[in-house]
Amino acid sequence: MIPAAFDYEVAESADHAISLLGEHGDDAKLLAGGHSLIPMMRYRLATPSVLVDVGRLDDLRYIRTGNGSVSIGALTRHSELEHSAALAEACPMLASVAALVGDPAVRHRGTLGGTIAHADPASDLPAAVLALGGTIVAQGPGGSREIAATDFFTGYFESVLADDEMITEVRVPAGSGGWNYQKFNRRAQDWAIVGVAVAGGGSGVSLVNMGSTPIRASGVEAALAGGASAADAAAVAADGLEPPDDLNADAEYRSHLARVLTERALNAAGVA
Amino acid sequence: MTITEDAPAGHVGSRRLRKEDPALLTGEAKFIDDLALPGAIWVGVVRSTEAHANIVGIDGSAALEIDGVNEVLSGEDLAPLWGEGALPCAWPVTPDMKNPAHLPVARGTAKYVGDAVAVVLADSRYAAADGAAAVVVDYEPLPAVVEIEDAVADGAPLVHADLDSNECYTWGLWGDNAPAIDAAFAEAAHVVSERYLQQRLIPAPMEPRGCAAVPSPAGGELTLYSATQIPHILKVMTAVVLGIPENKLRVVAPSVGGGFGCKLNVYAEEILCSALAMQRGAPVRWTEGRAEAAVSTIQGRGQVQHIELAADADGKVTAVRVKLLADMGAYLQLVTPGVPLLGGFLYHGCYDIPNYMFECTSVFTNRTPTDAYRGAGRPEATYAVERAMDSLAVSVGVSPEEIRARNFIGADAFPYESAAGLVFDSGDYQTVLDKAVALADVDGRRAEAAQRRASGSSKRIGVGFSSYVEMCGLAPSRVLASLDYGAGGWEAATVRISPTCKVQVVTGSTPHGQGHETCWSMIVADQLGVDPDDVEVLHSDTAVSPTGLDTYGSRSLAVGGTAVYMATEKVIDKARAIAAHQLEASEDDLEFSGGVFRVRGTPEAEVPLAGIAFAAFTAHDLPDGMEPNLEAHVTYDPPNFTFPNGTHIAVVEVDTDTGDVDLIDYVAVDDCGVQINPLVVEGQVHGGILQGAAQALYEDAVYNSDGQLVSANLGDYLVPSAAEAPRFRLDSHATPSPTNPMGVKGVGEAGTIAAAPAVINAVVDALRDLGVTDVDMPASPQTVWRAIADAQGGAS
Repeated sequence: MIPAAFDYEVAESADHAISLLGEHGDDAKLLAGGHSLIPMMRYRLATPSVLVDVGRLDDLRYIRTGNGSVSIGALTRHSELEHSAALAEACPMLASVAALVGDPAVRHRGTLGGTIAHADPASDLPAAVLALGGTIVAQGPGGSREIAATDFFTGYFESVLADDEMITEVRVPAGSGGWNYQKFNRRAQDWAIVGVAVAGGGSGVSLVNMGSTPIRASGVEAALAGGASAADAAAVAADGLEPPDDLNADAEYRSHLARVLTERALNAAGVA
Repeated sequence: MTITEDAPAGHVGSRRLRKEDPALLTGEAKFIDDLALPGAIWVGVVRSTEAHANIVGIDGSAALEIDGVNEVLSGEDLAPLWGEGALPCAWPVTPDMKNPAHLPVARGTAKYVGDAVAVVLADSRYAAADGAAAVVVDYEPLPAVVEIEDAVADGAPLVHADLDSNECYTWGLWGDNAPAIDAAFAEAAHVVSERYLQQRLIPAPMEPRGCAAVPSPAGGELTLYSATQIPHILKVMTAVVLGIPENKLRVVAPSVGGGFGCKLNVYAEEILCSALAMQRGAPVRWTEGRAEAAVSTIQGRGQVQHIELAADADGKVTAVRVKLLADMGAYLQLVTPGVPLLGGFLYHGCYDIPNYMFECTSVFTNRTPTDAYRGAGRPEATYAVERAMDSLAVSVGVSPEEIRARNFIGADAFPYESAAGLVFDSGDYQTVLDKAVALADVDGRRAEAAQRRASGSSKRIGVGFSSYVEMCGLAPSRVLASLDYGAGGWEAATVRISPTCKVQVVTGSTPHGQGHETCWSMIVADQLGVDPDDVEVLHSDTAVSPTGLDTYGSRSLAVGGTAVYMATEKVIDKARAIAAHQLEASEDDLEFSGGVFRVRGTPEAEVPLAGIAFAAFTAHDLPDGMEPNLEAHVTYDPPNFTFPNGTHIAVVEVDTDTGDVDLIDYVAVDDCGVQINPLVVEGQVHGGILQGAAQALYEDAVYNSDGQLVSANLGDYLVPSAAEAPRFRLDSHATPSPTNPMGVKGVGEAGTIAAAPAVINAVVDALRDLGVTDVDMPASPQTVWRAIADAQGGAS
């Protein structure tokens, strides 16, 4: 449980962080809350030779609402999402999902940008941002670009983010519509065995831990758009997916859970 | 006679806050890794990644290039440190038991994932970890035996090539009763025959293990610090294994963060650090990592149980017949083979069953050794009999509480001699069960369950019972002799009163979270009429407490606490003699209460204990021939075990759509005899229940077919947290044990022993109308969902 040796740099700004990433190449990792990265380093599953600490970039800790959208700085902690009155008003789903991440210690360290960049298919907030139709703002040496959440995740712990890019902001539309999040796990602090996020009264549905990325349940969305009932739409939730096998659930059971939880989430979101 | 009757206004029986806690909560307490030992050599252990393999080569060259890594040593290199000396097993349960030599670092062949195959010596813990990770071991894999039943299959690979099978021993308990048992089954109106699995469990105390051996080269002494439950036993065993004269060896257990039995052992790292420290003349230390602990510290349970009950038409059980297969792992640790025997006497539970047969065959597998884990044998026994009693209730057509009532040992039957040969001390099992039924509102819950079933709800309610009895207060030394255990079961205490009337208690019991300091202080304070804060309790260092047998098996209070009580009585006797001398009265005319000796009928003639203490110190005017000072030592060998008992009731809600089990209520009524501190008792019961519920619902050391531990970290090995804990509702019904003067029994393992069958019986109760009759532990959502699906499939 002792990580391999590494060097440590403190970024003074986003620009500084990006220049440090450029300097050290793919041997470097950004350190934000550290609650995913550091356990992986302690198990030596990750052995970056340089950590670039962006945790002190307080100018990237904000929640701004207006013009029909919510802009959240990448270094905003889960606990800040959980307890923000502005977010509870503008996007209650995101605040609610943030309250289900890990345990209080994780929520006080973990950041929204960090969890999205980590791209863990079992994490809660990436799927929520996906269902909400969010946008990821990434900054690189050549400036900033906006990436639709639907285009962001590419595989297990992989995204379109370049080695010298960092997430600076996450945007979601204001108003969650009819929404619900179903998180199924065995211990309160664990990742979801399966999770289902429903936003916009069923116009956005996404699945947690049902494949190599957070997954937009486009079959469910299409069925609903075509007038299907919640039960009928939920029945296709796992179609075409290749969910993982692990100690908690094999693929068959995961697929079953996805259908059950999708129907529950749709019903709770007001979809009959 | 009990203390509470003698001193109703005393401290015993009160919910006194623990005196241990301020230091623990503020970080002032020092654990093994907090010890500052400048110049220490840090050990990193290279552990086998193969379940069974020949060690073809060990290449330390990359490790040696790391800054701070100084040496890489193989089992061959280290062999001269211990020669043929092996890690000790203190419990040869049969004369023909197989006990393969277990070296601290393997030579030639690695026998389980986690087996030590080489060590790295380094300047720091970090360098030691880097070095261990960089050592390259060339393995030639051998076929591995992973599952218990596979170990005894025809043609099974051998864990130990020099043995002719994987069987370690077979031990039985039925005497000449076999014909009567056969007859009972032949004549039975109801026969229940069940097979249960006890999965392997990882103990996971909050503090992993660690040790540091510190030599004094000039004098030749060695001090071994270890996160251990057993400094006294560890001292004897280290001396024997390494040939260090006992008078040159001191063992200290600093603050120890829990053990649950896994620190009741003599481990390779303790022997390794001690031997290296003596050889190098420098401190040598090792601190276990959490992931390392999953494979390098003993695991618990690991049994396949076959239990049969024979009963008459009314459900009165006439015989119980049990056959176990028990998993020893690759080697025998300190008491590995004895663990199944500790349950072997209790498979009749708290029931009056005249015919008893128990047989255990233990086997070697290519997995981490097993050993004692909270309850050690007794949770397994309780699980089997309590699950089987529920099956019998179904067969007879009566409720779980009724089948128990028809079979309980009666309150008037004590002392009760069991068919397995034990003499139970005291109990009132029916009253305990009745209290639990009322507290849990069993009728109300059943009505709710029926309503849910009738409405077709997917949220089913189940009510599960577990009535248990355990043997604690380990143990009468002569009984241990009859079981071929290699030591006695006594405990020692010294009580001294200082010139200013402060009290020093030296105990041979070794706390690692239980609250000995608080409880011993309360006992002694009541006896002497002093404040508990005026009592100091010394322990866990063989230089301070040279005599003791340490802490395991819920023995501390019943044996160690009794020794403290008796030593205090001896001190009072001496003080009484001095008081009689001072007051010019007969000892028989003196009464002692509230810390004052008084002459009966002459109220003005009195002397406080403080005056006696000072007089004993100055020794200016003591009775002729009396030694100065107030001090007494007692070594207490209990005449019998104690038999805590109780009934626990779990209420679960099972989501039949997902298989999720929610433990919505938990009632426990326990008889642990007289309670010294109910706050400490409740803490033990709360933690014990959650640990038992953890086996029922969460924890499982999962191995794949290659012998790799798959649930090797705390993300995959699901130790429940406070968030998963049920609402605990506790009550008690004390029948004081006649075995010891305070009437105490012990409570450290009770919750763990009772909880697993209560929870699983509740799950099965919730699903019985769907056709489910059994659910394996842990009853994970997937396991429960599949059990429902299988039962439904079978029904259609």
